[in-house]
Amino acid sequence: MSEFEDIPGTYLFDKDRCHDGYQFNMFCMSLVKPKNRQAFRSDEASYMDKWSLTESQRRSVLERDWLGMIKAGGNIYYTSKIAATDGRSFQFVAAAMSGVPEEEYRSMMMAGGRPVEGNRSKREAD
Amino acid sequence: MARVVAGLATSHVPAIGAAMDLGRTKEPYWKPLFDGYEPARKWLADLNPDVIIIVYNDHGSAFSLEVIPTFAIGVAEKFLPADEGWGPRPVPAVHGHPGLAWHLAESLILNEFDMTIVNEMTVDHGLTVPLSIACGEQKNWPCPVIPLSVNVVQYPPPTGKRCFDLGRAIRKSVKTYDKDLKVVVFGTGGMSHQLHGERAGLINSKFDKNFLADLTRNPQRLIELPHIEYVREAGAEGIEMVMWLVMRGALDENAVEIYQHYHVPASNTATGLMILENQPLTV
Ligand SMILES: [Fe+2]
Repeated sequence: MSEFEDIPGTYLFDKDRCHDGYQFNMFCMSLVKPKNRQAFRSDEASYMDKWSLTESQRRSVLERDWLGMIKAGGNIYYTSKIAATDGRSFQFVAAAMSGVPEEEYRSMMMAGGRPVEGNRSKREAD
Repeated sequence: MARVVAGLATSHVPAIGAAMDLGRTKEPYWKPLFDGYEPARKWLADLNPDVIIIVYNDHGSAFSLEVIPTFAIGVAEKFLPADEGWGPRPVPAVHGHPGLAWHLAESLILNEFDMTIVNEMTVDHGLTVPLSIACGEQKNWPCPVIPLSVNVVQYPPPTGKRCFDLGRAIRKSVKTYDKDLKVVVFGTGGMSHQLHGERAGLINSKFDKNFLADLTRNPQRLIELPHIEYVREAGAEGIEMVMWLVMRGALDENAVEIYQHYHVPASNTATGLMILENQPLTV
């Protein structure tokens, strides 16, 4: 296991993720244009046909499975453009990825954030 | 002769820009953060620089994954705020300084920093939020700005040492520009934060405070920090802090700390701000 893979809940955007996620992230990138956001909103599935996406990439978008998008090669700065299109904040997406209600996530942040203790290494976390 | 007189490092969290754009800075959630920016704004207004070089990263705005420049410098007359998915920020256009920017591009490349030269680009929150933080709400930004972007999105970003050395090359290059200009260098991004995965929301104030403490007096420790250390200790997106080292490298070894401010949280992020000044020349 690489030292980066040993960090829990973290998907470093490395060569493999960039390679596997290229089409997917470029689809996300297209949403910086108002015209494209509109086209995506009116028919998400057919809008995505313009890119060769994998089944899991398509599914993650249609279901707004924010963690699934990352696991399928999405980069957070690109998938956040889907969130912006939906009118959602980074904080909404972060809460969804970490699997807690937004209010609970927000309270955790107000209390100083997620502690690094216990979150450094998968071995440590076991 | 142009010279770097000071440096400012700050986080560039998009939510900070949004809080200003939506007029929410007096709300209890935001007030302590913005109160801490007041002295920095006063300091910058008093200093009244001729040019600001902003070291920042693009977040899939001007660049995408199509082309990923490790270091890029904007040489245009003008840079418009980018649409990042919710429309461009309602802030003024950024005016460049083609004269100094082209001089830097030439000089840096001849000093073996292979810069990408950008004639046309938009600027996203990575650049506009630091301007908002340091200048407040403005009809026009107070001076020309040279955007210098660093890839920190695609692994691997440049090493801390490379960033620091780029700063030193900037310092040297600015000195060989024949106009009398007061230049301030901004390093932006950080501090600890992770935006993705189940570990999103990670904050490590101890790491951040040690980073703030060593930036002025012991940058050598920070220059040697490997990427894994940032990712593990300060969160995957906390690696942006390598850009603070460009600013540090652009200042003199004996630069002095003028101000610092640290606050948790802004959205998902620990925010820091630090000001360094070079000692006045004693002739
Ligand atoms: Fe950033």
